[in-house]
Amino acid sequence: MQKARPKHLALWQIRLPLPGIVSILHRISGALMFAAIPFMLYALEGTLSSAERFAAFKECIAHPVTKLFLLAVLWAYLHHACAGTRFLFLDIHKGTDLKTARVTAYIVLAVSLSLTAIIGALTW
Amino acid sequence: MVKRHVVGAHYGLRDWLVQRVTAVIMLVYTLGVVAFILCANGASYEAWQELFACTWVKVVTTISITALLWHAWVGVRDIWMDYIQHVGVRLTMHVLTLLWLIGSLIYMVKVVWGVA
Ligand code: HEM
Repeated sequence: MQKARPKHLALWQIRLPLPGIVSILHRISGALMFAAIPFMLYALEGTLSSAERFAAFKECIAHPVTKLFLLAVLWAYLHHACAGTRFLFLDIHKGTDLKTARVTAYIVLAVSLSLTAIIGALTW
Repeated sequence: MVKRHVVGAHYGLRDWLVQRVTAVIMLVYTLGVVAFILCANGASYEAWQELFACTWVKVVTTISITALLWHAWVGVRDIWMDYIQHVGVRLTMHVLTLLWLIGSLIYMVKVVWGVA
């Protein structure tokens, strides 16, 4: 007989293990960066523009809201790149045992969060 | 009879590989830019502009950002395929995603090649 399965996922009841958290944050960070692409290109344009426009650009990124947005994208990139590198190693069957996988997941979370905090503090 | 689903163009091993190759390209480019910023001690406005005045830097940047946009196409399409069951809605999201990325590609060329 078939077992009764839950008809829908009660998302708030799911307790993800650490590697699961890193994985879903990898997806969320990827989606966030996708949305941010034109704005990041605009920022690159700002750093490459003439002296007067550069001054205006500097004023724009000095605004706390802009800074928070840039830091969010920075975190997304750091987390996504670190977690992505971890996935690339998993793809070639490196670090797949449970203990190593947990440790590397922890490192990915810690490195990207602390680098974001440090760069945020240095540039605020 | 084989039941075929409309999911958009090719997917599977080819795109899996594309996503990994483009990821490595982005990693190498990122390490290069970080190395430059660390060596140039915070990268002054002048040093940064000089860097992007080099044709080879523009070429490498164009390749890397194109890799980024291709990578994002594969990744975001995967996300739509996971969550949107309705074929019409999914195809619409695929098309909008492509327009977003192609627009970004054109803008990128203007940004990177626009400076003298
Ligand atoms: C150094 C930079 C990057 C690395 C190493 C990297 C690595 C990866 C890898 C390995 C995957 C496949 C994961 C899987 O199949 O489960 C992936 C997925 C993805 N990437 Fe990246 N990536 C990078 C940058 C970016 C950027 C800049 C964007 C967005 C603009 C992006 C968006 C995505 C998206 C949306 C996915 C799909 C996520 C999912 O299916 O859950 N990535 N990335």
